[in-house]
Amino acid sequence: MAYNLKEEMNKAERFHSGHRLCAGCGAGIVCRAMMRAVDPEDRAVICNATGCLEVSSFQYPFTAWEDSYIHTAFENASATASGVEAAYRVMKKKGKIAENENVKILAIGGDGGTYDIGFQSLSGAFERGHDFTYFCYDNNAYMNTGTQRSSATPRFASATTTPSGTESLGKKQNQKDLTQIMVAHGSPYVAQTTLFGNMKDFHEKAHRAIYKEGPTFVNVLTPCPRGWQYPAQDLIAICKAAIDTCVWPLYEVVEGEYHLTYEPKKKLPVEEFMSKQGRFKHLFKPGNEWAIEAAQEYVDTKWEELLQKCK
Amino acid sequence: MSIRERMSGNEAIATAMRQINPDVFAMFPITPSTEIPQYFAQYVADGKVDTEFICVESEHSSLSACLGAEAAGARAVTATSSAGLSYMNEVLYVAASLRLPVVLAVACRALTGPININHDYSDSMAERDSGFIQLYGENNQEVYDNYLMAHRIAEHPDVRLPLMICEDGFITSHALENIELEEDDKVKAFVGEYHPENYLLKKENPLAVGPYGVSGYYMEARVAQAYAMKNAKKVILDVAKDFEKTFGRSYGFFEEYKMDDAEIAMVIMGSSAGTAKACVDELRREGIKAGLIKVRVFRPFPGEELSKALSNCKAVAIMDKSEGFSACGGPLFAEVSGACINMDKRPKMVDIVYGLGGRDFTVDAARSVYDRLSSIVETGEVGEIYTHMGQRE
Repeated sequence: MAYNLKEEMNKAERFHSGHRLCAGCGAGIVCRAMMRAVDPEDRAVICNATGCLEVSSFQYPFTAWEDSYIHTAFENASATASGVEAAYRVMKKKGKIAENENVKILAIGGDGGTYDIGFQSLSGAFERGHDFTYFCYDNNAYMNTGTQRSSATPRFASATTTPSGTESLGKKQNQKDLTQIMVAHGSPYVAQTTLFGNMKDFHEKAHRAIYKEGPTFVNVLTPCPRGWQYPAQDLIAICKAAIDTCVWPLYEVVEGEYHLTYEPKKKLPVEEFMSKQGRFKHLFKPGNEWAIEAAQEYVDTKWEELLQKCK
Repeated sequence: MSIRERMSGNEAIATAMRQINPDVFAMFPITPSTEIPQYFAQYVADGKVDTEFICVESEHSSLSACLGAEAAGARAVTATSSAGLSYMNEVLYVAASLRLPVVLAVACRALTGPININHDYSDSMAERDSGFIQLYGENNQEVYDNYLMAHRIAEHPDVRLPLMICEDGFITSHALENIELEEDDKVKAFVGEYHPENYLLKKENPLAVGPYGVSGYYMEARVAQAYAMKNAKKVILDVAKDFEKTFGRSYGFFEEYKMDDAEIAMVIMGSSAGTAKACVDELRREGIKAGLIKVRVFRPFPGEELSKALSNCKAVAIMDKSEGFSACGGPLFAEVSGACINMDKRPKMVDIVYGLGGRDFTVDAARSVYDRLSSIVETGEVGEIYTHMGQRE
């Protein structure tokens, strides 16, 4: 069935307003869209790593989640999901859950809980092959503790532990390519998406991931207004710039086969993405042109590599 | 009819698990607990259990997976030792605060360093404040019996706390001893099915677990947890009573060995108690009024009951098989002496740290402790309160 935003928005909301996420934060959009991708007749259990989303969406005695939800710690969302999934299997086997009932197990964490501290449990759960979908809302730093660099922070971004200064142009290393690492796990479905347009790209990937059997992974570039330093209303424009500059290419890998899901008509220079955010402000000072060139070179190389894989 | 068998503590625990047939077992190996999941893996391979057996990539994940499973509505178990228990540390506290009655078997082993695989209680004692109930066994029989009682205690609606079954690494976990096993159907009937009231996979009522609790709520949650631990005392005794009625073996918070008229006594835990009891028998033959208390339940700590049991003693040695590095005594000493603080007539008390990293504890060593207690009674002088025993100087 073709994607229809109007119809999607008519679905009963499964991630409610009233949560405490910042204005202009992408995480709430991710959650609403993620839950719209679960068919209305199916239930879900969400396993959330500690982070902004956790403290903002389930502050006792209120929850924004319509479905069952569990948070245990920072680094173990995938391990917790493994346990929920094992329980689901055994309870079905024992007849404690009806045969025709469908419960989708979702895990969600920021880049800290996914790329870094949660990587071991993520890798373990994918190797074991649990039937669940992991959504990473990658906002490129440890935002809940105040924008410390993570392995998802791009090179040259200023973070509170890699600030720009007279001797520094921000983070020195490129972003870890977690999506590729998850492909290397042999996952049946891995995708990159972000928040733009009518959310068709996100919805279709999320739905495919959730309804594909086995451990599946969706990496969502998710801007953070505090850490990236942009006005709240620019969120979607920044995401659009990320895909048009190929800083964050949109693609999916189905059973090992690469598909590019968006190719910009005209690939824009990285400045289009960087100039919209305070975290890259220092790069636009005279004398730092080389850094923007280096960033461009990296994006170009990665983009070419991806095009090769998608051929 | 009980079944006479001969097996190690690890196999006894695995056997209890097989009989209980838990829903989920998440495992990660570590010496000396490794055999427990190994035995269990064979039960899975031979179709003797319905359990979802997941081989995870760390102890942090094994307990995390147990939390997910337990919250989802399943009965979940795991096992570990030493560094594995330390690695679980964060999740132990989460388990207790989420009130998820996971049962965790611990083959107690020294903590690094230096790295050592033998027995002491540095691992389990380091987790004494995690919110887990802790039951300690002297031998394979007690460990097996404790395990049969574990789920009923942990899952009781007045308790809902996770529980550790502690056995002495190698000494109990690996040594083969005689044991009386109970029949499978009788164990199943005694333990019962797990029926949590609320759980993630309950269709009628979705559940949210693990909130952010601001200052306005945090303290209430912690106090409720503290009450649950207090409630566990009654439940532990009730379950023990039913256990005795069903299987004939009797358990309390601690075992009193020749304490009725004891003037000098030792408070000790685990397999060392067996050695010390042999010494008590020798001393009794010599007319010395020696006794022994073996602590079975360390969390909740039976302070009031223990202080009563010691009230007629003149001198007591608290035997700590772990170092607390407090510079004034080990963890068992802190608890026991603290429990006696308001007694009108207190025995003199000393703390002896012994047996670290598997250092042998012998009948002669026990005798030297009782000799010291006798001299305290004679002279009225306690001497150094906190000492170590059995090390080379």
